[in-house]
Amino acid sequence: VSTVSVSGATARAAGPLKLAVPGGALFEGALEALDRAGLDTSGLRSDSRSMIFDGSGVTLVTMRPSDVPTYVEAGAADLGITGKDVLLEQSDRVVYELLDLGFGECTMVLAGRKGDERLGEDERRLGAMRIATKYPRVAERHFEQTGRQAEVIEVKGSVELAPLVGLADGIVDLVASGRTLAENDLEVREEIARCTARLVANRVSHKLRPREVDELTARLREATSR
Amino acid sequence: MIHPIPPGTRDILPEEMRELRELERRLADTFSRFGYGEVGTPTIEYDEVLERGNGRTAGSAYRFFDERGDLLALRSDMTVPIARMVAGRFGGEEPPFRLFYVARAYRPVRPQRGQMREFTQAGVELIGTPAPEGTADVIEVLEAALDEAGLDRALIGLGDADLYRQALAELGIEGEARDSMLKRLAAHDLVGLQEELELIEGIADEQRQTLVALSQLRGSREVLEEARAIGGEAVERATSRLAGTFDELERRAAADRVQIDLGLLRDLGYYTGAILEIYDPAVGHVLGGGGRYDGLLARFGRDLPAVGFSFYLERVHVAQAEEERAGKGERGEAQ
Repeated sequence: VSTVSVSGATARAAGPLKLAVPGGALFEGALEALDRAGLDTSGLRSDSRSMIFDGSGVTLVTMRPSDVPTYVEAGAADLGITGKDVLLEQSDRVVYELLDLGFGECTMVLAGRKGDERLGEDERRLGAMRIATKYPRVAERHFEQTGRQAEVIEVKGSVELAPLVGLADGIVDLVASGRTLAENDLEVREEIARCTARLVANRVSHKLRPREVDELTARLREATSR
Repeated sequence: MIHPIPPGTRDILPEEMRELRELERRLADTFSRFGYGEVGTPTIEYDEVLERGNGRTAGSAYRFFDERGDLLALRSDMTVPIARMVAGRFGGEEPPFRLFYVARAYRPVRPQRGQMREFTQAGVELIGTPAPEGTADVIEVLEAALDEAGLDRALIGLGDADLYRQALAELGIEGEARDSMLKRLAAHDLVGLQEELELIEGIADEQRQTLVALSQLRGSREVLEEARAIGGEAVERATSRLAGTFDELERRAAADRVQIDLGLLRDLGYYTGAILEIYDPAVGHVLGGGGRYDGLLARFGRDLPAVGFSFYLERVHVAQAEEERAGKGERGEAQ
């Protein structure tokens, strides 16, 4: 049964489509994709403190990747680019996932200390492993689906620290090159999901502005499939 | 000291209440004008009864025992209780039955999302008139209600509830795999859908792309042709049903605000054939929805075709406020 939100019914103005562009690790890849799709990203590339730019026919709005589903679900942005890791963690947000943009490839993994048996041992002897993560819902779902019990501990900062000082037996985190893991004496034990950048859309924008949404989607598909 | 109320519920103070009542009155007047009579049903029902109507999808989130140990539940919509009532109480009477309601319903919420546990639905049920006439009848009522609420930019999405169930069956996809794909289609998780389709053997690339492409077809009558060009028998059946409804709407000059949408899926288990959703450009959320539920009354012992829709009243109120603001803005900027 679908749920009903009232305060979430955010006001939208007409005008050009608004596209949420993620800052951080996906920023460069997003700019490249937008350039190739023929949008003007010079504003985003300037050192302006502004967060809203005209991208030749599309308004570009910059924000944290984890805020993109929030803005898009409410319709404050019509479309957005964010990582699959964010979408997995916020899987209750109602946004349409239209396209795998291919860049920003990372893997969500379960990692433990090299040569350390604590993950398995705690599971056998204590009935659950202790897992530190910035993705509590992804971690909980993974252990649930694989029939194991885990005590999931949410941390905000460098999650690699947790097993080193004994907060947790292992971590669930997003890994690009694996260098941070290696430097902290950690190794990948299980791969949970492959994550790339995705194009998401607001449900009502997708219905009410079909031509514009489809056109921009097609341009981005073309730009990222090369 | 502030004494809290449960998340997803709220108090309504006089200014908001006055506006909500005014909106309710306008909607109720419109429904009455089309010959619909207002009904009420109990907020609590036997869980078994609601379950019977909702089928495999979750019924009520709020269940409790009464003093005799019977399991009761808070209703999650009005369609199931009205189906129960009509099947049981209108025995000697000849259909069609035209009924409307303005009533509270209850659904589960996720924390910190501004979701409503208790909300008001205003809607109609037309029981005993088959497609396409019945469907067109309620769409006309819906359009009049939107006008009365001042939402003249609002749009009605018209889709078909059986399309993907049948299209997937045609590809030999059944059971859990089908349910999972229907869920992805409903959420428009096109990347995930593609990935799942790739896991299934014996499906041509072309068929995979057809399913994904179908879900993106929305617009006027031409999308029916586009769908026919790529689809199989299930698509043929769904598009001819949709064409029937759209023809009927055009005959009544009521098709202008209706957008055919082959990507529309609703998550309530009882829908068959035509389904509806209501959007307004001023807000990012769906204002309401509905559709045909030709099999629901039979579950309660009287086999009658039926169709209805309902508004989320509080959301319509937000949209009204935003439309007023947008209207003022436009005049202010003197475009």
